[in-house]
Amino acid sequence: MGIDRRKFVKVASLASLGLVAGPPVKALANEVVKEAEHGCEGCQGDYLGAPRAVHPPKEAKRLAMVVDLKTCREHPDCTACIDACHLVHNVPDYPHPKDEIKWIWKEHFEHAFPEANHQFIEEHVKHSSGLLFCNHCDNPPCVKACPTGATWKREEDGVVMMDWHRCIGCRYCIAACPYGSRSFNFREPKKYFAEQGKKPQPDFPMRMRGVVEKCTFCDERLARGLWPSCVEACPYNCLTFGDLDNPDDPVRELLHHKFTIRRKPGLGTQPEVYYIV
Amino acid sequence: MIEKALEGGKKYWTLIFVLLGIIGIGVIAYLKQFNEGLTITGLSRDVSWGLYIAQFTFLVGVAASAVMVVLPYYLHNYKQFGKITILGEFIAIPACIMCMTFIFVDMGQPLRILNVFLHPSPHSMMFWDTVVLFGYLVLNLVIGWVTLGSETKGIAPPKWIKPIIIISIPWAVSIHTVTAFLYAGLAARPFWMTAVLAPRFLASAFAAGPALLILLCLILRKHTKFDVGREPIQKLAVIVTYAMCINVFLILMEVFTAVYSGIPEHIDHLKFLFCGLRDAEGVMHASLVPWMWTSSILAIISLILLLVPKFRAREGLLVFACLAVFFSLWIDKGMGMIIAGFTPNPMHNVIHYMPTLPESLITLAVWGIGALILTILYKVVLSLRKQVEPTRYKD
Repeated sequence: MGIDRRKFVKVASLASLGLVAGPPVKALANEVVKEAEHGCEGCQGDYLGAPRAVHPPKEAKRLAMVVDLKTCREHPDCTACIDACHLVHNVPDYPHPKDEIKWIWKEHFEHAFPEANHQFIEEHVKHSSGLLFCNHCDNPPCVKACPTGATWKREEDGVVMMDWHRCIGCRYCIAACPYGSRSFNFREPKKYFAEQGKKPQPDFPMRMRGVVEKCTFCDERLARGLWPSCVEACPYNCLTFGDLDNPDDPVRELLHHKFTIRRKPGLGTQPEVYYIV
Repeated sequence: MIEKALEGGKKYWTLIFVLLGIIGIGVIAYLKQFNEGLTITGLSRDVSWGLYIAQFTFLVGVAASAVMVVLPYYLHNYKQFGKITILGEFIAIPACIMCMTFIFVDMGQPLRILNVFLHPSPHSMMFWDTVVLFGYLVLNLVIGWVTLGSETKGIAPPKWIKPIIIISIPWAVSIHTVTAFLYAGLAARPFWMTAVLAPRFLASAFAAGPALLILLCLILRKHTKFDVGREPIQKLAVIVTYAMCINVFLILMEVFTAVYSGIPEHIDHLKFLFCGLRDAEGVMHASLVPWMWTSSILAIISLILLLVPKFRAREGLLVFACLAVFFSLWIDKGMGMIIAGFTPNPMHNVIHYMPTLPESLITLAVWGIGALILTILYKVVLSLRKQVEPTRYKD
């Protein structure tokens, strides 16, 4: 039963968070415990000098995410982050791809990073996936496009927010987003949940038909001192979330020591999601 | 004045009821969309604008094209356009209303549309487009009604209308420029992000709009004995010729920069339009290919018919030329322009889009609303003119 210090702290912190977070993430945290008990072959998360703190940074000024795709691609079938996010945010899983809503998803490497791809790229990279979600750009083109201010950049921490009650559903933001990060409610999600007999999470609002939605770095969880659900759910510690404005933050540490890329940096949007490839 | 719309012959009422029927079917389709959401359309998160916004883009051009009769008549005092200027202005009114209706039916939350004014966002091109389009509608309503009223009374139009008419000229240019900015300012969509988009929009507008006006004048001559005369139609044909030449030239500029530079981001949209493009699974998507080639061939035919003076002078051939211009641009600037902007998507993948039946019925109904308003406005014009010069119209 080889469980080292790092893993123990990780599991312990996750499990304790699970208690705070309520049932869905708690269940996921239990999964993580199981995984850790069985040992995790090929876990390469050792770049993290310190385990994740109990709470995300308070009063962060510039929130960012570092995605360790090196570790992530070791587990091509893992969808823990996606499942957790879509579960806690009541994202419906429509059968028809035309209606699809996704906040976080895996995309084939050549589609996630078309400019980084080439014919003879390393085999394991070629067949891997990138993990995509809203980039929370410093210069968000979606915010500029929105005719009603229904999407805006939160001054204090840089999260690109969504007001589902103001959105008129013109989908101009979808046209403006260079990363395909936004989804539209083509159908009534409430009706879908009822039809499927699924119970929505009571602590997160269900959207109405006809509005746009996307990842908000779990602003509702940040407000409660919780990590974003994807960060918490990842069994391999691939997601590091923190404040770029703080030189001692783990994200700064990572960016300092690892080579990272961003999606479409040439557009000047300044994405705040960084990838270790 | 409007009461003239309530009296008419059998032909008039048949047309009105056919249009009302088309609108009625579309309203039922829209109720379905209103209840179930935009899922009843072919749209998806990847191709999030389609048939509706394509019509909107094309029709902003038709609305703006009124300037092609207003400018020669009011600014250059070109008297030959005296009889058709009001017809041109009255095309702009239903065109504006159709644009707004297409935006409305495209909304996910149509009842919240006033949020655009309650939370004005000057950084958004959509906000400005709403403002200029609405302004242009008001301008044309005022100008059309006032000048027609004066004409009926046999008096000169009031002096204050002249500056409003002058303002409407740059305003017409602005509505299509801002509509182009709606697309051309998006770094996310390389197909749209081109400086010639606004000039191209204007050129295509000044071809399609006057082409429509020629067709309408010829229909009026045939069915109502209201004859605008040969001269203004030939003059309009020259305008269509120039505008269509500039439009085709600008499209070729786009093709050159994309093809010669060979940048995949730019060339792939054209490939999708003219050759078809494979998606990640290797499936070929070529739904727009026949449409785009039809549009190109129609453009070539129209140019041959328009550029040779002998052909252009024959009104029978001119009808074909105008139809060719109108449909060529309707395809190219409508569906071609919008769908190719979304295909391939930002992840460089190809997602299929095909308008559904209800979507098409709603679209048809909005065109029906435009046609209905146009019919009524033209009826009013014709009846009033008949009253003023009873000897000239025998009908």
